[in-house]
Amino acid sequence: MSRLDSPRYTFVFAAVMCVVCAALVSVAAVSLAPRQKANARLYMEKNVLVAAGLVKPGQDVSLADVERVFQADITVRLVDFATGRLLPADGANARDYDQRAARADPAASREAPANDAGIKRIASKGIVYFVKKGGQVDQVVISVEGLGMWGTIYGFLALDKDAVTVRGITYYDHRETPGLGGEIGNPAWQAMWKGRKGYDDRGNARITVIKGQAGAPETDPLSVDGLSGATITSNAVTRLMRFWLSESGYGRFLTRFREKKEVL
Amino acid sequence: MSAVTPSAFGKRERAALLDPILTNNPIGVQVLGICSALAVTTRIDKALVMGAGVILVTMLANLAVSLVRNHTPGSIRIIVQLSIIASLVIVFDQILKATLYELSLELSVFVGLIITNCIVMGRAEGYAMQNPPLASLMDGLGNGLGYALVLFLVALLRELFGAGKVFGFVVLPLAKNGGWYVPNGLMLLAPSGLLIIAGLIWLLRTLKPELQEKD
Repeated sequence: MSRLDSPRYTFVFAAVMCVVCAALVSVAAVSLAPRQKANARLYMEKNVLVAAGLVKPGQDVSLADVERVFQADITVRLVDFATGRLLPADGANARDYDQRAARADPAASREAPANDAGIKRIASKGIVYFVKKGGQVDQVVISVEGLGMWGTIYGFLALDKDAVTVRGITYYDHRETPGLGGEIGNPAWQAMWKGRKGYDDRGNARITVIKGQAGAPETDPLSVDGLSGATITSNAVTRLMRFWLSESGYGRFLTRFREKKEVL
Repeated sequence: MSAVTPSAFGKRERAALLDPILTNNPIGVQVLGICSALAVTTRIDKALVMGAGVILVTMLANLAVSLVRNHTPGSIRIIVQLSIIASLVIVFDQILKATLYELSLELSVFVGLIITNCIVMGRAEGYAMQNPPLASLMDGLGNGLGYALVLFLVALLRELFGAGKVFGFVVLPLAKNGGWYVPNGLMLLAPSGLLIIAGLIWLLRTLKPELQEKD
């Protein structure tokens, strides 16, 4: 039996190999983490601008571009989901608020009210981006998420200053099937949301991704074209949109905002 | 078996580098790794990044496997190769997330699957286990390039005829955008990748009759 085939050598070799590989992977992951984090935030904020229609989907935008628009036209604030009130602007910088991390933190989140969107916990505070035009608030962008077919779908919903009309949406992070449910990331489909209404006349969150084609936004404001071959994803989008527009999500804040009780 | 000594760039290294690009192309001749060739070839930029990943991983995996080949116990060699390949793939994925973030969101799933790409494993077990480091490195580079070349050609055809674009620039203006070209929707679906690869294999075998099997 040669040296290479002894069980003892085999175990030692395997152990050394594992340590070397683990070290390589750890060094790469740790040393690249800050850049990945910066990229992730840039990507998220860019998507806020895409939802608000300030940046075209797929447009190449640098960190500096996003920073400039944020400085000039965007005010970021946090809202308390329970009361629907904006939190004071001072204190923690709202722009650095990580709603996903907060959701995972027991001290900064709570159990979600019963829902069909697959949401188990929600952060106590939600991020709101006020998009200004000529100094006046023109749109409010809220963060939405919910369980899709293969994982959580994350997106932004931009509402007009009436807090009812949809100005734009993006889904910036999802695991849906490429080519089927993954089409929620398609700018052409996202554009169909423009002009739809998040709420019916009674103020209920009724927007629905239907099967088949919806009419024009003026005549059929509560429906959006379904994605063929992606019923589960379409339903998931309906449910998560309704959840975040309802009183469990941003509903209380949006009502107060509509009644001009919450102003910047 | 010889000890691990760095050998000069000779005939063997040259053949290891150049053969897999055309005469022994991993996709065109050996028909390996076609699964990912279908998935990432709808756009050229995706195909090139995927190609770069496979080049990097096959090269470094071959080098590492070759360096430890005389010390690797035969009973666990496949697992050793797989650990090396998997580590390299994770590192590549991390680099991609730090540099080309938006592309990485679309490609991450497929980058992870480089681990199971038959070409990478095949070269490690079939070549690097028997050959010195430099020749193995060249073999990895050659096979990676051969893979990337086919991916590039397939993506070029699919993007051009499926979306009327090359590298994202409009070449054939689409009818729906006021141009004249009505795109072939099949080109954006996976089956077209198979058809194009089959076409390339046909072309290769016609140009090089020695590749055809005798009936």
